[in-house]
Order: sequence, then C-alpha cells, then structure tokens
Amino acid sequence: MTVRARVQRQAPWVRSFGRATKHGDRPFNLVVTAAVLSVLALVAAIGVELWQNSALSRQAFGLQFLWTTTWDPVFRDFGALPFILGTLETSVLALILALPLSLGIAIFLAELSPEWLRMPLGFLVELLAAVPSVIYGLWGLYVFVPTVVRPLGGVFSDSLGFLPLFQGPVFGPSRLAASLILTIMITPTISAVSRDVFLAIPRSQREASLALGATRWETIWRVLVPYGLSGILGAVILGMGRALGETMAVTMVIGNNLDLTSSLLHPGYTMASIIVNEFTEATYDLYLQALVEIGLVLFVLTLVLNLFARFLVWNVSRRIPQEVRA
Amino acid sequence: MSAISVAVHARNRQRYQFRRGVNAVMLGLTSVATVVAILPLIWILGYVLQEGGRFLSLDFFTQLPTPVGVPGGGVANAIVGSAILVGLACLFAIPPALLAAIYAHARPNTPLGLALRFGTDVLSGVPSIVVGIFAYTVVVLPLRRFSALAGGLALAVIMLPIIIRATEEMLKLVPKNLREGSLALGAPEWKTQLRVMLPAALDGVVTGVMLGIARVAGEAAPLVLTSFGNPFWSTDVTQPMAALPHMIFVYAIAPYKDWHDKAWTTALVLIVLVLGLNIAARLLISWRRRQLGA
Repeated sequence: MTVRARVQRQAPWVRSFGRATKHGDRPFNLVVTAAVLSVLALVAAIGVELWQNSALSRQAFGLQFLWTTTWDPVFRDFGALPFILGTLETSVLALILALPLSLGIAIFLAELSPEWLRMPLGFLVELLAAVPSVIYGLWGLYVFVPTVVRPLGGVFSDSLGFLPLFQGPVFGPSRLAASLILTIMITPTISAVSRDVFLAIPRSQREASLALGATRWETIWRVLVPYGLSGILGAVILGMGRALGETMAVTMVIGNNLDLTSSLLHPGYTMASIIVNEFTEATYDLYLQALVEIGLVLFVLTLVLNLFARFLVWNVSRRIPQEVRA
Repeated sequence: MSAISVAVHARNRQRYQFRRGVNAVMLGLTSVATVVAILPLIWILGYVLQEGGRFLSLDFFTQLPTPVGVPGGGVANAIVGSAILVGLACLFAIPPALLAAIYAHARPNTPLGLALRFGTDVLSGVPSIVVGIFAYTVVVLPLRRFSALAGGLALAVIMLPIIIRATEEMLKLVPKNLREGSLALGAPEWKTQLRVMLPAALDGVVTGVMLGIARVAGEAAPLVLTSFGNPFWSTDVTQPMAALPHMIFVYAIAPYKDWHDKAWTTALVLIVLVLGLNIAARLLISWRRRQLGA
C-alpha cells in the first residue's frame, strides 16, 4: 500500500490532528522548551530560596553581616567576616600554589610528553579530579596533615615566624592544611583545561617561533602562553570556583576554629565549613538564616566569578577570531 | 677580525648557552610538576587500599553498622542508601537533562539556547553545599524532617549540568547526514531526535550519565543537610537515609579508633565504585571517538 493511500485511509480527525500539531512537532517543542525553562527556573529558584530564607538575618544585621567578626549563637549576634576571609585566604593561596604546578603539567602533557605517555598521564590527572572530596578529607586528616603539613608548619614558623602569616603556635589542622589540600584538588581541574587550550593552538605558531631561533621554552612562554591566555584564565577561574565551594575536605582539615588572626598555621573556618558544621545544630530561626545568608554570599560569589569568566571569553573571542575558545 | 666583533661573538655564545640552560631547566621542571601532581593520587590509592583492605570482609557488605567498640558490622544500609539516593537523582535529572541537551544541540544560538548554556555553566559552578541548602529549604522545611527525597533532589541538581554537557557533546559527534536522512524520509523532528539522534548517541549519553553518577555518588556535603544519615535499615524515601560518603565523614571525625578503621574500609568501597565508573566511562568515550574517527 502506498503511503498516499495509507494517509488517505486515516480518519479525518487524525489527519487534521497531525496537521495541527505538525505531526507531533508542536507538542515535542513544547516539552523540550519546558525542560529548558525548568533548568533556568532551577537556577533562579536557588537564588530566590537563598534570598527568602535569609530574610531574618538580612533584616537583623543588614550589610554589616559582611564585615563584622562576632559569631555568637548564644547572644544571637552573627557576622560572617572570619568565614569570608578564611575562604578567600585558603582559596587564593591554593590558586597561587596550583597555578605554576598546573601550567607545568599542561605544558608537559601538551608539548613535551611522548605520544604513548600522553593518554595514560592525562587519564591519571583526570582520575585525581574524580576522587571524592570526603576521601581527600580522610586522607588529609590522618595521613597528609601529620606527615607533611605539621613538619612544614614547623619549618615556616621557625624561619618566617616574624610575618603575620606564620605567627603563633603550630597546629596540624590549619588554614595551611586546607590550602594544600585545595591545591591538590584544583590542580587537575586547571591542568586539564589548560592542556586542552595548548592543544588547540595552531601548529604554525610554534613553527614560526622555532624558525626565528627561539628555544622550546621561549616558544612556550612567549608565544603559546600569551596566545592561550584567555583560556588559561578561564581554567584558573574554574579552579577558583571549585576551591571556594569545596566543603568536606576543607572542613576535615581546617580545624574549625573561630580564629581571628590571619596566620596560616592556625585552625580556621571557611564559609562552606561553617555551614556544614552548624547547619543541623542551628536551634532557632535567626541562627539558621544566618547560615543560609552565608550560603547566599557563596552563591553570589560563584555567580560573579562565572559572569566574569563569560565576559573574559566573550571579550577575547571578539578580539581573536575563533581560535582559542576554552 | 676586530677585537670588538670577537667580544660580541663571545657574548652571544654566552647568551645562547644561558638560554639553552633556561630551556633545559624549565622543561625539566614541567616533568617534575607532573610527577608531583600524580604523587597524591598514588599515595591516596595506596593508603586506602592498605588501610581499608585490612577490615574488608563479606560482612562489611551485608551487615548493619555496629555501635562503638562492638567489632564486626558493615555498611550494608549505606550501600543500599547510596543506591537509592543516586537512583532518585537519576530519576529527577535524566529526563529534563536529555531534553535540554536536545535543545542545546538543535538551537545553540537562539536566545533561549544561549540562556541555557549560561544557566548550565552557573549550575555547574554552584557549590554542592549551597545546593544542599536549596534542597533543605525546598523539601526538608515543608516536610519538617530530613529525607532521602531531599538528598536525591540535591544530587539531581548537581548531576543535571554534567549530563546536559556530556549529552550535547555526544550529539555533536553524530554525523549530520543521519538527521538529514531521517527528515528527508519524512520523519517529524521529534521522531528524528528521539528515535535517530538519541540512539546514535546512546553510548555517549550513557557515559555522561555514568560520569554524573560517579560525581554525585561521592558527594557528602549536601547529604549532611538533607538525607542526614541513618544507622538503621531504611528504604523509605521520606525518612533519613544512610549513604557511603556521609558514613565516611561520620566515622572519620568521630574520636574512636575502630570507627576510623571503618572509615578507611568504607572509603575503599566508595573509591573502587567511583573510580571504576570513571575508568569505564572514559574507556567508552575513547572507544567511541576512535570508532567515529573523531
């Protein structure tokens, strides 16, 4: 039976229904669009929920919440500065340590490694990113802190103790421990993305530089890195985002102490770790909402970082046509 | 040859030697960096295998947790709990993620497509603890108790952007002429997407889901605020539920030596699960790319 005959045998209402819905495409479009809208609504809902559920705290403390240092559940007085500073201090230090390391790995994997080694090495680096955060915390708490961080803290305290960053007695669980664990955790993220950036740079760039007499290192440092700078910055921002929100591993090694010094050798607190530590113990609404407001600050911070990364990529892709878009 | 040009020549030579030296040192340092970065992985894996292996037994998979000081016992409830939580997350996340990925692939440059890309980026950047707070305010507060449902929702939110991205990438690898062929034969768009495009990308989609599962199976932070943990058997999704990563956290920060041992054994179970899923997913991806010659 021909298609035409089959169509003609269909009941009239089937045909008109098919025509009206474009043979199912209209409802399909509707469903797909609804799925997309629900993803967008989810993003909005996270922001709205955090905003609404921190209303008590926002009314009680206003913007002062961001720069006062008391955190006293007994006297119902809350300020988030120690946690904000703790998060920034540990994340920035982790970034400073992880950046050269990650660039080294990315350069080795993309430019120097022999072909047969590239795949397995890249694979190992990616596995490092897949280890659950709570296992980093467990290993950090019982292995890494006693064998590496504590002795290292002693060395810093003896040699650089006059700096405010290394003042005071040496503790095992400390901001230093958190920063080092974060360094290990964000290195695979940054190096995997920057490796892809290096691999995306056209061959002609390398050949031209080498032909002018540059050494391989000069080619990498003066040609390839500037060329891929926007992509590398994107990788750094990705790593920064991961460090800011990292919870379990940091909570387990930072010592969770409301310490007002900036010393790296002291136990401290981050925004994520105070939330996970006190959220289920918050006994009254204001307390809970103060914790939610810390979550809101964290959310806004990662949102701004993301917008900045977008802007960066947009800005560069406008300047350099097409090539490096990581 | 004048004295000056000899001096210049010597200086250039010196300069060249210096540049070669810098080259060798820096290139050497990059390989050192690679070794330094991979050391922790070997250290962690070795330690978890050694410490966790000591107490591994069949009981560990079939028994309930024992109180402090009581030897034996296992994490059977946490294994089942993790499976239920991840199952719930898949249930909530996979259908919208696949549909959204179809849209993102079909119309990437419409305003809604761009908004979706931005939304996916933002969502994947939201810290998991913040997602936990969200699930708490949406599910735990109205129900007035911690529940596996809330935990599943939190994990679903974390999983969503991972699956969208992976599926979109895999749809991109499907040859264009498959879609065109289907449309040319008169199949409507929806049939083309669901019966031709998705099946063609199916193993890719499966790997995306596997990576998503591997990621959320190791998440502990949001579960602290949502499913809360439970030392007993429970398969009721409206009640608190145990999970492997949360169990590790509880065992690890407790001040008891025998709980620390259990933390290592639980970590061994979790790491084998997560890394196994990851390795399988990546092998599948590389196999598929070779197959497609991409």
